[in-house]
Amino acid sequence: MNRIEQAFQHKAIIPFLTCGDPDLETTGKLVRELVNAGADLIELGIPFSDPTAEGPVIMDADERALKNGVTTDQIFDLVIDLRKDVKIPLVFMTYANVIFSYGIERFMKRCEETGIDGIILPDVPYEEKDEFEGEAEKHGIAFIRMIAPTSEARIAKIADGAKGFIYVVSSMGVTGTRKEITTDIAALTGVVRSVTDTPCAVGFGISDPDQARRMAEMSDGAIVGSAIVKLIAKYGRDCVPHVKAFAASLAESVHGISGN
Amino acid sequence: MTNENGRFGIHGGQYIPETLMNAVIELEEAYNRYKDDPQFQKELSELFNDYAGRPSRLYHAKRMSRDLGGADIYLKREDLNHTGAHKINNVLGQALLAKKMGKTRLIAETGAGQHGVATATAAALFGMECVVFMGKEDIERQALNVYKMRLLGADVVPVVTGTGTLKDAVSQAMREWTNRVSDTHYCLGSVMGPHPFPVIVRDFQAVISREIKEQMKELTGRLPDAVIACVGGGSNAIGAFYHFINDPEVQLIGCEAAGRGVDTFETAATIATGKLGIFHGMKSYFCQNEYGQIAPVYSISAGLDYPGIGPEHAWLHDIGRADYVPVTDAEAVEAFEYLSRMEGIIPAIESAHALAYAMKIAPDMKGKNIVVNVSGRGDKDCVSVARYRGEDLSE
Repeated sequence: MNRIEQAFQHKAIIPFLTCGDPDLETTGKLVRELVNAGADLIELGIPFSDPTAEGPVIMDADERALKNGVTTDQIFDLVIDLRKDVKIPLVFMTYANVIFSYGIERFMKRCEETGIDGIILPDVPYEEKDEFEGEAEKHGIAFIRMIAPTSEARIAKIADGAKGFIYVVSSMGVTGTRKEITTDIAALTGVVRSVTDTPCAVGFGISDPDQARRMAEMSDGAIVGSAIVKLIAKYGRDCVPHVKAFAASLAESVHGISGN
Repeated sequence: MTNENGRFGIHGGQYIPETLMNAVIELEEAYNRYKDDPQFQKELSELFNDYAGRPSRLYHAKRMSRDLGGADIYLKREDLNHTGAHKINNVLGQALLAKKMGKTRLIAETGAGQHGVATATAAALFGMECVVFMGKEDIERQALNVYKMRLLGADVVPVVTGTGTLKDAVSQAMREWTNRVSDTHYCLGSVMGPHPFPVIVRDFQAVISREIKEQMKELTGRLPDAVIACVGGGSNAIGAFYHFINDPEVQLIGCEAAGRGVDTFETAATIATGKLGIFHGMKSYFCQNEYGQIAPVYSISAGLDYPGIGPEHAWLHDIGRADYVPVTDAEAVEAFEYLSRMEGIIPAIESAHALAYAMKIAPDMKGKNIVVNVSGRGDKDCVSVARYRGEDLSE
């Protein structure tokens, strides 16, 4: 069983961090404390100058990180350091050009060497996945496919053959916390389940432990990004205990789902 | 020119969030249904002729030709179109298509404001809601166009992220589209973005080269020796080139904005300084750093101040069918002033980049004919050119 499969043995809580926000040292501390707080898998954002799928919270985080001069190579070095003790799966979330400019093959090889388990590219849909997914698979990296509320007839095609987990986009629009998620998530995950056993995690808009639990009840896990990044923006280098406490409340809520 | 996945050679594609995939598929299906529909084409050509004032004139610039002492220069007067630029061609086509698709709301990005004004105009004409995203920097550079858009009933949303210019306006329009696709059409202003936009925008702009070809045959009895146009995303250039692509004797020249020079960081010349990448829905050439972060580009021209180039241009460059040359702010400003004095035509600062290159090569092309696409008129640029020359025009 690989690390991602291991993470989905029960309902998973998946926090997201932008690497280098506020600096890489703090990102390293945050990852370790998220593990202590009960995170099952962590999404590490490699910042991009023009993140077209992000709302203002993560856009600002990317901008802060890039202003600090964070680079892809420094982030790989961080992963090497984390892998000394972090055992849970780590998945990169970034944009196509970050990987393309690094060289797709070279990037996937570095992922394998440093201990990255998967990649999420919100600007690479099913139709364009081959040039990334092929190289990823060669190096044992899961290319995480995404489905959205508008996917409709595309869901079965996208889910078929999906590796790692499937990222279910909860709502229209970009990342960011929402008061309410109105999409019929159970209907989306139902279609996925009819074609594959690959787990589904729901992301976009999840802002608190209750919402995380509701989303995880209808799927296999909840992804929380902007709500965490907001705390980092608010507290800067002093954010670690705040993020840890929030992540612990998310983990408790999601792990407490009955039958889990 | 494209294969089934919307590629021009290796360029193009559909690098967009899954949330938008069904919207672009629906758009492609609608476009394929209507593009050869005689009723659609009839309505579109009525709009082109009766509303936009097509065909635009091809004017033999005799004083300029004589002064430069070489080639005969012909100006394709897209500046005479309604709203003052070529942008209206694409917008009328897309607005008509959106209406047929049952959309009631148009969103758009704009740089110089010409595409925003054109979209606001079409929205007014078709009774549609309109939201235009415009970088904060550009709102300051192009106050008159901002006023026009609001006068026409559009909501102009300032984009403060990133460099506050065209690329950020495109990103924000894409984000807004993911928010609301059911009633909204994204009226993209250039031959860029995900397939099918580069094809749709090209087809609506191709009227420019179709007319040039007929007009040159009438005026000179032959094809031009060169066609020159400015290139940001590249919509006026592809429009001016398209019907000549299969005429290898016609040299096609795209003029990129070099800003303060291609050896500085203050440039927007993508072919000269960029490399292959993936951004804004397409694979093409982009100005970027070694880690793939998109570069903050610069040009005096808000309309050319974009870090990428449309995928069909990238392909025409790869196969050597078109040449792309950098033109600096200084050269463009000189051409802006030159055409004003020499022919009594104030060109858009974007178009002035193409005129500057024509001025450079015309003296050595005696006996040849050059067509320059004057993609827009320059009223909007008077304040910034005056400022460039150290004069403050505040009223």
